[in-house]
Amino acid sequence: MARRPKIPATKYPVERRTLDNGLRVVLAPDRSAPVIGVAVVYDVGIRSEPEGRTGFAHLFEHLMFQGSENLEKLAHFRHVQGSGGTFNGSTHLDYTDYYETLPANALERALFLEADRMRGPRLTEENLRNQVDVVKEEIRVNVLSQPYGGFPWLKLPPVMFDTFPNAHDGYGSFDDLESATVADAAEFFKRYYASGNAVLAVAGDLDLAETMEMVERHFGDVPARPAPERPTFAEPDLTSERRESYTDPLAPLPAVAAAWRVPDPINDYAAYLPYVVLAEVLTDGEASRLVERLVLRDRIVTSVAGYMGFMGEPWEVRDPTALLLQAHLPPGGDVDKVLRTVDEELDRLATEGLAESELARTQARMATHLLRDTDAALGRALRMAVLEQQRGTPELLNDLPRLVGEVTEEQIRKAAAALVPQRRATIEVVAGGNQ
Amino acid sequence: MKALPDLGPTRKLKLPKEAERTLHNGLTVIAIRRPAVPLVEVRLRVPFARANLARAAVLSQTLFSGTADMSTVEIAAELQKVGGGLSAGVDPDRLMVSGNGLVTGLDRILELLGDVLGGAAYPSDEVATERDRLADRIQVAQRQPAHLARVALLTRMYGKHPYAVQTPEVSQVQAVRPAQLRALHAERLHPAGATLVLVGDITPERALDTAERVLGTWNGGGKHVELPRTPAIEPGPLTLVDRPGSVQSSMRVALPAVERTHADHAALQLVNLLFGGYFSSRWTENIREDKGYTYGPHSVIEHNVAGSSFVAAAEVATEVTGPALLETIYELGRLATLPPKAEELEQARQYALGTLQLGMSTQAGLATLASTYAGFGLRLDYLPQYAAKLAAATLDEVAAAGAKYLAPANMATIVLGDAERVEGPLRALTAVERA
Repeated sequence: MARRPKIPATKYPVERRTLDNGLRVVLAPDRSAPVIGVAVVYDVGIRSEPEGRTGFAHLFEHLMFQGSENLEKLAHFRHVQGSGGTFNGSTHLDYTDYYETLPANALERALFLEADRMRGPRLTEENLRNQVDVVKEEIRVNVLSQPYGGFPWLKLPPVMFDTFPNAHDGYGSFDDLESATVADAAEFFKRYYASGNAVLAVAGDLDLAETMEMVERHFGDVPARPAPERPTFAEPDLTSERRESYTDPLAPLPAVAAAWRVPDPINDYAAYLPYVVLAEVLTDGEASRLVERLVLRDRIVTSVAGYMGFMGEPWEVRDPTALLLQAHLPPGGDVDKVLRTVDEELDRLATEGLAESELARTQARMATHLLRDTDAALGRALRMAVLEQQRGTPELLNDLPRLVGEVTEEQIRKAAAALVPQRRATIEVVAGGNQ
Repeated sequence: MKALPDLGPTRKLKLPKEAERTLHNGLTVIAIRRPAVPLVEVRLRVPFARANLARAAVLSQTLFSGTADMSTVEIAAELQKVGGGLSAGVDPDRLMVSGNGLVTGLDRILELLGDVLGGAAYPSDEVATERDRLADRIQVAQRQPAHLARVALLTRMYGKHPYAVQTPEVSQVQAVRPAQLRALHAERLHPAGATLVLVGDITPERALDTAERVLGTWNGGGKHVELPRTPAIEPGPLTLVDRPGSVQSSMRVALPAVERTHADHAALQLVNLLFGGYFSSRWTENIREDKGYTYGPHSVIEHNVAGSSFVAAAEVATEVTGPALLETIYELGRLATLPPKAEELEQARQYALGTLQLGMSTQAGLATLASTYAGFGLRLDYLPQYAAKLAAATLDEVAAAGAKYLAPANMATIVLGDAERVEGPLRALTAVERA
């Protein structure tokens, strides 16, 4: 019996509170460095944007930086950076986050800034048109000018899913972006940016009582609005294989991505967790199943990656979601052969099980990744905010390495057995870049 | 109106506990304690100037591809068992091995590192695999505008200096043979002048003992290779690189700069921030937040061992390429001829000071910082000195740095884009030469 390395854990203390206006607050003190991370997460993402308004959740994220009740355009950036901090925001399938990390002496400032835009961003025609232009440039940089731009996160969902929330382009079409109005933005803010639909998390060098008092002072008067009812985005699982391809004019080499639906990450956590570990067993490092077989032995792909959810965030996604595998192929590579070999390896894993130490070493490496993510105060604040929002358990952050470590070989085999071709959605990139 | 809260008292920069030892074979080991998470970060920096480009690149990808006793997969699996991972990369100054793992695995990670440093075998099969993978990655990079613009910029900046070409050709990579890798390893992969940085939940003196025990037998010797100082950047006509059909133009501007130990360093860092070095900079506020020409404009002082330079980069919409260059010249010229506002300088100063705190607040950040500094003969005690210089830089000094370093008359400029559409407007502003 191989000796299992002991999986270490963190012990960040976590304090939770709900303000009278419905805002949920999570505080996690850690005095090891004089910095703090502040995250505000709203329970709205790409899946909630209205039809005819693709890309709107992301466009709105940009508008949240364009001035607020007491602040001019550009003031937010200047105040965060002028306090020695950095900031950003990002739009996901199920949430939108806004965050900053700063020296600890700027904590109250950060709270003020976040509260001010929670009360109301300045939604003006001029700022909207300006940010539509900026977002178009963002899409050009990341999608239109890049080989494999948007692969697979924008390209695979429409193969796997049928309904607008799950299948549409979350970056948005230029037509939809250009036709967005200030009234659309005001409506979106009113509906989704309610105090009852948000979580504030602060991690790092803070005093609990003092911070809670500051939070009350700045967020307490944000008008109460309840969270909107979250519709179900459920879709039936695939019963037969789906496969599509497209030509990428910039890509010099073929690529492929495949996905299978997985159990509900929130409501069926115990069944979901083994898939998270399976993705790493398959692709984490040179000693993983698929890297060893596809890259090193058969040499039919040049890289292969496996992860959970279209944005690769296993702990920050709701149902429906998927386990994804993506691979880049050498010149003239054979996608069918790659898929056949993946099927063969999954079947071998399901029927023959894991090699000695294979699971334990994968779990040890996952623990390192999890602990490393939380070393930064901001990494802790962001993850805790989403854990609170989606599960009501921010302290789960401390338990993740242990829970990952408790997944058994039998569970991995069962998960691998479920990844059969008839439940698979595949997108193939045809290289158009060599003409 | 609600008022912005004041900042709390500034915390002084506190240096972590560290220890340093130079081993008999010439390896300098720096061990730094940051116990926040039970992990350790590893950075090994080996001087690698003038190494053959293609061979160095393939060597970095095959360093962990086997020893006399272990295969690629076995090395990777052994690292994984202690939650560890190691990977290597090269640039024109150094070969860098980076990794991390559970702190309980430090001995094992160093043993495995020692095994490959002393006995990497470069097996033919593995070399062939990695060579092809690297060749494919270079092919993909050659379709990426940012990469192509960088290639053109380096040629323009460095002429015949070894920094001018930093990516090998596909054919050069494919011609690399295992014997050449073994020869390059034997010649250059030695501890003389190399630095190993360990950061984490460690007792520094004990970590040094471990490193000495494990790596003290790494073969000393090797040879000392120095690069000539980089040539002065030659101003002159804008270099236009045609990329027909581009929806964006990649604009790059290079200007002279000075190394970290130069008397002008702090003032130059500040003037860089004022121009384009952070979001609240004049350039970003102008061409993004006011005009919507671009998504992520940015400028940075790049420090290399043989010289430093200022580089500004933006991807702008094709139709506004001329106007974007106009605004770039305008903002550089404004900083070169007019003093900044005191308030604006304070904001940049706070940002520079605050981000020093943030950069030190994680194990990974601290490790990268300490390793980078070590490559220039500096230690962490440089940080408080630098902070004091940032704090003391006067408006006059910053204005003088603007005049001395940012003058548009000294610009070397590259634009990569659809020449047919952008050449006319660019010619209206400056002389243009086709690449």
